[in-house]
Amino acid sequence: MAEKLKPAERLKIPRHPMPAQDPVERRSNFSEVALGYTPEMAMEEAQRCLECKKPHCIDGCPVGIDIPAFIVEVREGRFDKALEIIKQTNTLPAICGRVCPQEDQCEQVCVVGNKYKPVAIGRLERFVADIELTGGTVSMPAAAEKTGYKVAIIGSGPAGLACAAELARMGHDVTIFEALHKPGGVLVYGIPEFRLPKSIVQYEIDNLKKMGVEIRCNYVIGKIATVRELMEEWGYDAVFIGTGAGLPYFMGIPGENYIGVLSANEFLTRVNLMKGYNFPEYDTPVQVGRRVAVVGSGNVAMDCLRTAMRLGSEHVICLYRRTRAESPARLEELEHAEEEGIDFRWLTSPVEVLGNDDGMVTGVRVIKMELGEPDASGRRRPVPIEGSEYEIEVDEVIMAIGQGPNPLVTQTTEGLELNRWGNIVADEETMATSIPGVFAGGDIVTGAATVILAMGAGKKAACGIDGFLRKKREAVPGASAAAV
Amino acid sequence: MATLISKETIAPQFTRYVLECEPIARKHRAGQFVMVLIHDHGERIPLTIADSDAEAGTITLVVQAVGKTTMEMELLEPGAEIQVAGPLGTPTHVERVGTCVCIGGGAGIAPLYPIAKAMKNAENHIISILGGRTKELVIMREEMEAVSDEMIYTTDDGSFGRKGLVTHALNDLIEERGKPDMVIAIGPAIMMKFVAEMTRPHEIPTIVSLNSIMIDGTGMCGGCRVGLGTETKFVCVDGPEFDGHKVDFDLLMKRQRTFVEQEEEARRRFEEQHRCRAMEGAEVS
Ligand SMILES: Cc1cc2nc3c(=O)[nH]c(=O)nc-3n(C[C@H](O)[C@H](O)[C@H](O)COP(=O)(O)OP(=O)(O)OC[C@H]3O[C@@H](n4cnc5c(N)ncnc54)[C@H](O)[C@@H]3O)c2cc1C
Ligand SMILES: Cc1cc2nc3c(=O)[nH]c(=O)nc-3n(C[C@H](O)[C@H](O)[C@H](O)COP(=O)(O)OP(=O)(O)OC[C@H]3O[C@@H](n4cnc5c(N)ncnc54)[C@H](O)[C@@H]3O)c2cc1C
Ligand code: SF4
Ligand code: SF4
Ligand code: FES
Repeated sequence: MAEKLKPAERLKIPRHPMPAQDPVERRSNFSEVALGYTPEMAMEEAQRCLECKKPHCIDGCPVGIDIPAFIVEVREGRFDKALEIIKQTNTLPAICGRVCPQEDQCEQVCVVGNKYKPVAIGRLERFVADIELTGGTVSMPAAAEKTGYKVAIIGSGPAGLACAAELARMGHDVTIFEALHKPGGVLVYGIPEFRLPKSIVQYEIDNLKKMGVEIRCNYVIGKIATVRELMEEWGYDAVFIGTGAGLPYFMGIPGENYIGVLSANEFLTRVNLMKGYNFPEYDTPVQVGRRVAVVGSGNVAMDCLRTAMRLGSEHVICLYRRTRAESPARLEELEHAEEEGIDFRWLTSPVEVLGNDDGMVTGVRVIKMELGEPDASGRRRPVPIEGSEYEIEVDEVIMAIGQGPNPLVTQTTEGLELNRWGNIVADEETMATSIPGVFAGGDIVTGAATVILAMGAGKKAACGIDGFLRKKREAVPGASAAAV
Repeated sequence: MATLISKETIAPQFTRYVLECEPIARKHRAGQFVMVLIHDHGERIPLTIADSDAEAGTITLVVQAVGKTTMEMELLEPGAEIQVAGPLGTPTHVERVGTCVCIGGGAGIAPLYPIAKAMKNAENHIISILGGRTKELVIMREEMEAVSDEMIYTTDDGSFGRKGLVTHALNDLIEERGKPDMVIAIGPAIMMKFVAEMTRPHEIPTIVSLNSIMIDGTGMCGGCRVGLGTETKFVCVDGPEFDGHKVDFDLLMKRQRTFVEQEEEARRRFEEQHRCRAMEGAEVS
């Protein structure tokens, strides 16, 4: 066992960098970039945690993982115990450890970060979770006695998966309805293999199935059945809506419908969900420009940039109207993208897509920006600099400027209260919507956010649903649903 | 999941598939389609529900084999399980308008049939104009006759009905009998474009059904987008039917060609592999 060091000694240990694939090599493969800590690295990194009496890090984690408790176990080499602690609050640690924007959450408020670099909480979480994936002992949560209640979950993204796991554990019968032919939501169709291997998502989904959750793919709710029909005709006692933010936004600039202009969703779906990078092994083709411009600088944009690079584009350009400091992407992704040779043009925004007579993209006209007064989001508003327009030669333009709520479910559900952006209004504690028995969470409620927030919302909703079902039972004295 | 119940060749390149998938059959309305994926490595393709039987829990697809996926589909045997999502798209707005001319060209006759049937049930007078290159390619004649009050056939080579294009027949019809209350045209984009051009000066409401390239079919990718007047619409959720006078057909035709090279390559590879297998089979027997 590792000896316990004094705080001053611990602070001397530098934060362990994440071992990663060589930038030049990885530019042409889809294997995972970040390779993960070795047990030695993890145990040493764990030494850096000061086990604060009032751990701020926990407040920074949207699901409130007992961070110092699990880190102590890592330090002592009791990785199974560490996993158990994490799993009490986070059902998908292998995923969150990889994709959480830690620098804005748990690690942002870690006290070590005041003077040094914060404890690598996310990397430790991933390390612990990966032990399970590579054959460690798995403790399946014991399911409670069957209640006989049936719950329908719409959407199999992190919100739906977390909600399903929690409800199954409580003993309810759970069916997930997924519009696409594979479950996982953005984890499968959006985030690329090199950042989140699909086998990890599959592992979590298999676990759910082992817990008795039924997953029905190719069910587009709103079309094959409405929410009301699920409850009135299909026999579900409650419904959870976790349909995400899947509607791609375009800019509304001239030339946007030329061949070669596509949404990030289309590009990533072709590559990730349909395995377009393997054409013609797989049947779905994907366009790969020689010179590609991606508009935006969030995680979605990073994924497009780095995917285009891996598909063989010679020159990949990021167009973002603010500066690197305002870029909403995870820091690690931004750094990886820079290492891989992406050409970042900060303070630059497209004004027109140029094309030829065949309707193919030939370039993009951009304008330079400068930062003005802060806007409603608190960030300084980009203002175009007059006369600064210039053209960039590209043959593909990918729009990664955000997504809105897909209206298929919301528009077919009468009486469901929405806000002015089309997101569902839900109670913050129970995630209950304006319709009794109907709950919602994840991006469909918050707008495009994060995996961990969606998961947290799914779990909250499971508690809300359980409460609703229990009240339902109390309303019929002496009768359990199973007996009916 | 859906199970293939039966398949039948109804014309050169055209196959009728009957699939069992009860929930879709129950919900289907005219004008809707399904996304089909025939295996794990496959491509999701949109196909119109040409007919459905809620009681039997079946849907019918009529498919022209034009490329890799639709050719491979012909190899499926009854009992095969395939992935089918639907019913997708906005159903046809069915109402009584009076006289409705239904124009179908090539594979467009398959999606036209359920719409003509629904319009007929809504007590409209249906005049159908069906066209193809040659007699055998004018498919689903019996079905269309059953839901039409009058039939006009055209073939490019004159082997059946009158020689010429569907637009010639429409032109004569308008000249001889005045303007109908509505025109519904489904077929190759170029055909729909010319029908819309013809009805525009007469201000005849004209509905067309667009076949842009789709991936998800649920409004998630924007790949199917089409120009409609000054707006951009998603064919899979806002359509597939639109006001023919507003559609930017030139853009649609260009966008349909996005993947011609890859499609050509996939088809060639498939045909080569397939020919090899057929030859191996011949040697054995
Ligand atoms: C490319 C990309 C990269 C990202 N990177 C990160 C990251 O690094 N870190 C991070 O924290 N977050 C990231 N995000 C954001 C994060 O993925 C989302 O916030 C999260 O997935 C939301 O979860 P959800 O369950 O609400 O919805 P989703 O994951 O969107 O899942 C919704 C599911 O519902 C299904 N559905 C929709 N409509 C219907 C219907 N009518 N019937 C049946 N099913 C339906 C959809 O097909 C989908 O499977 C990224 C997002 C994208 C697009
Ligand atoms: C709403 C809708 C309904 C349709 N209904 C029918 C129908 O009832 N019967 C029928 O025979 N055909 C129908 N089609 C067309 C059918 O989807 C295409 O013929 C099929 O996708 C071709 O695939 P392929 O691999 O065999 O050929 P490919 O070689 O891949 O393509 C041949 C041509 O089909 C089109 N196409 C290719 N991929 C797609 C795609 N993913 N989505 C849409 N079009 C594509 C392209 O224009 C291409 O040039 C419909 C299309 C749409 C959009
Ligand atoms: S779930 Fe995310 S925020 Fe919470 S501890 Fe893990 S990495 Fe940090
Ligand atoms: S704030 Fe940092 S040092 Fe303190 S307990 Fe949390 S991780 Fe450890
Ligand atoms: S096919 Fe993807 S949005 Fe229509």
